[in-house]
Amino acid sequence: MSPANTFGYVANDTVIHRLSGSTKLIAFIALSLIVMTSYDTRFLIGVMIFSLYLFYLAQIPWKNIRILIYFVLAFSVLNLLTIYLFEPEYGVQLYESRTVLAEGIGRYTLTAEQLFYELNVAIKYFSTIPLALIFVFTTDPSEFASSLNRIGVSYRISYAVSLALRYIPDIQDSFFEIRQAQQARGLEMSRKTSLVNRITRSAQIIMPLIFNSLNRIEVVSQAMELRRFGRNKNRTWYRYRPFASKDIAALALVVGIVLIGMYLFYVNGGRFYNPFQ
Amino acid sequence: MMKQRQTLQPIIQFNHVHFQYDSQAEKNLIDVHFDVHPGETILIIGPSGSGKSTIARCINGQIPNTHPGKLEGTVTVNGRDVYSSSIFDLSLDVGTVLQDTDGQFVGLTVAEDIAFALENDCVEQTEMRAKVEGWSRRLEIEHLLERMPHQLSGGQKQRVSISGILVNDIPILLLDEPLANLDPAAGAETMELIKSISKQHQYTTIIVEHRLEEALLADVDRVLVINDGRLVADTTPTKLLKSNVLSEIGVREPLYLNAMKYAGLDVSSFPVLGNFMDVSLSDRQLVQIEEWARSIPKSEKPEGKGAVLEVENIDFSYTESAGAKTLSNISFSIQNGDMVSIVGTNGAGKSTLAKLICGFVQPTSGNIRIDNQETSRLSIKEIADHVGFIMQNPNHMISKTMIYDEVALGLVNRGWPEDQIRERVYEALRICGLYPFRNWPISALSYGQKRRVTIASILVLDPKILILDEPTAGQDYAHYTEMMAFIQKLNVENDMTILMITHDMHLMQEYTNRTLVFDAGKLLADTEPSAVFSNPELIQAAHLAETSLYQLGKLLPSMPAKDFISRFMQYDREVPR
Repeated sequence: MSPANTFGYVANDTVIHRLSGSTKLIAFIALSLIVMTSYDTRFLIGVMIFSLYLFYLAQIPWKNIRILIYFVLAFSVLNLLTIYLFEPEYGVQLYESRTVLAEGIGRYTLTAEQLFYELNVAIKYFSTIPLALIFVFTTDPSEFASSLNRIGVSYRISYAVSLALRYIPDIQDSFFEIRQAQQARGLEMSRKTSLVNRITRSAQIIMPLIFNSLNRIEVVSQAMELRRFGRNKNRTWYRYRPFASKDIAALALVVGIVLIGMYLFYVNGGRFYNPFQ
Repeated sequence: MMKQRQTLQPIIQFNHVHFQYDSQAEKNLIDVHFDVHPGETILIIGPSGSGKSTIARCINGQIPNTHPGKLEGTVTVNGRDVYSSSIFDLSLDVGTVLQDTDGQFVGLTVAEDIAFALENDCVEQTEMRAKVEGWSRRLEIEHLLERMPHQLSGGQKQRVSISGILVNDIPILLLDEPLANLDPAAGAETMELIKSISKQHQYTTIIVEHRLEEALLADVDRVLVINDGRLVADTTPTKLLKSNVLSEIGVREPLYLNAMKYAGLDVSSFPVLGNFMDVSLSDRQLVQIEEWARSIPKSEKPEGKGAVLEVENIDFSYTESAGAKTLSNISFSIQNGDMVSIVGTNGAGKSTLAKLICGFVQPTSGNIRIDNQETSRLSIKEIADHVGFIMQNPNHMISKTMIYDEVALGLVNRGWPEDQIRERVYEALRICGLYPFRNWPISALSYGQKRRVTIASILVLDPKILILDEPTAGQDYAHYTEMMAFIQKLNVENDMTILMITHDMHLMQEYTNRTLVFDAGKLLADTEPSAVFSNPELIQAAHLAETSLYQLGKLLPSMPAKDFISRFMQYDREVPR
């Protein structure tokens, strides 16, 4: 009885879905790293368009990610505001130029350099977030563990991560069940009560939830041990998808983008593209 | 099997074994001594806490690897000394199916779960796929390979667990309470499966259970009876059923055997007892049983004392799309003082019905009235003053560390003054037999006692109706009897109306006067339990199994099976236990 719009893999058959999980993970990590380091606006815009295009290709249903997107957008805006609040002249330092657009109160002036800097940060968000969503929503959880293992993470940790993902829906179900039991005993959890009350009362639900989960972990780890999990240094994967030619093509493309990004460090004489000089 | 025994070396040997867990003060096993020979099917039976699970753990190496303790004597499995072997090495000799069908499901899909041990043995993908395919075909689950665990029924999960063990060609199969989480139909199916695979592939099979009658369907060669850590019998099912051992240790005898004894038949004269299908009764003996049944006066059904809960034309669906209704057009009314069982498969709508009555979810259309009040206008909290819902898992309900606080919680939330709370809480604790423990932490209680705490915490709210979800799941006969006697006391002495969601056929027969059968969101039947047990279609729809009592009833020359069952139950209720 789990709801249709849960967080996680949505089965489909797009180009993106057909890529191996490892390819998607490597591409996500490599592109995120170069996007985080580079401040070449032209490059960042290119990557952003590319990743938004991939996002379009992946056809992730809107209802599954709606709440997540709102949350991420709110968080991004908050983050951009915080940067301005703490370092209103950071762009001026970076670009060694000061073009005042409007005088504000005290040190809070508005400069073209600061705006440009924050624009770069915003573009970074819009480049990496679609990639993260693509990875999470188009990678079969069965393949998730083998992908992590493939890029060098120990299989014990890889398996633990994928098991944790598997139990999220179960834990959600338990949470609702426990909450109903508490409500029946008179715990007001609806909007009729204050936010602080709702939070402290949620804590009453967390305790049984944790005990339940610990119990579950014990059973699962016994079951795994009895079937020899952890006996050998390696293990094989039933769902592992070997690299196909499209994976190699995709990785070549990613390497190309990363190389362009690094070449631009050389051209710009550093990480920053500076239009103010 | 008997002939093989002399020629082959034992595959499992317990040599005067004593065991004590490090965490416990007393020995769990005392001088346990037995052999198991290759190809045998052995049933280890005993009440909860008797030590039967400890024996299982000694065989698969969880003792001492996972559960450390002091072991005297030796346990040898397939030539290996268990105490000095790793759990991994032993897992190549003993394949274990744990009792928690959900918890042991490790893979994300059926195929991965079956392949799990092969993955850990670094088997190549092509070989792995071939093995998974072969075993899933043999166990008839090949159409489920891509399914996720929550899409499977209990019986299917059990098949997946068993396949996941068999892929390794392991000589010994160990099943720890395989019936615990299954409905009767799935339980019977699993026992048949165990019977056929162990005979076909010459496995040595060990079944640990406390439900004797169902376990005997697996055609066991020998039964080991454990009580208080000692092996009290090591014998064939027939000899065991002729002895008094079972009644002494509190394991329930098969119902047909009870009926034969009540009717005055000499059970010691039968060559074979065990699975009822193998027992041959002469016409004269059947007549004797029928005459006994006829001598029991049929009790009059007490008249209802007015409706306390009325459900009228309820429709409900979780999604907005019209096609998939979880419940459709449900109507019934419950009389004050009724004791009702609600049965049906998982997903038939039983739990949804309970949630609707408690107001956790609202019906799409239709009315629910409690004490002549429409519930649609009441909040969850207000409904809770009339209806108490006890969940299956007490850990889902308990949120405090101390018993007193937990039981008081509902009243504290309602803002009652402290002295009145104390009075109510003490009273509820007394009813539940927990008064001596009132200042204890909940963690010190047993599972059954925790269930009582959850019941006490609902009783303080003084509801008229109590809904219990699987009140006896996973409990042995002694705890079952204790729990049900308590619920019956609430019904009789405290005048509570009781609704129980259950798979337990004994509970339905012995303690309820009405049964609602749900199937695919519809109320299929609203009748007496004995009518359900004598109707093959209802049995199938509700995933129940034919009881030996029904099988016996069908053989009687002129009395209908339904009549026989209800007369038997009435007699059985009055026999002192």
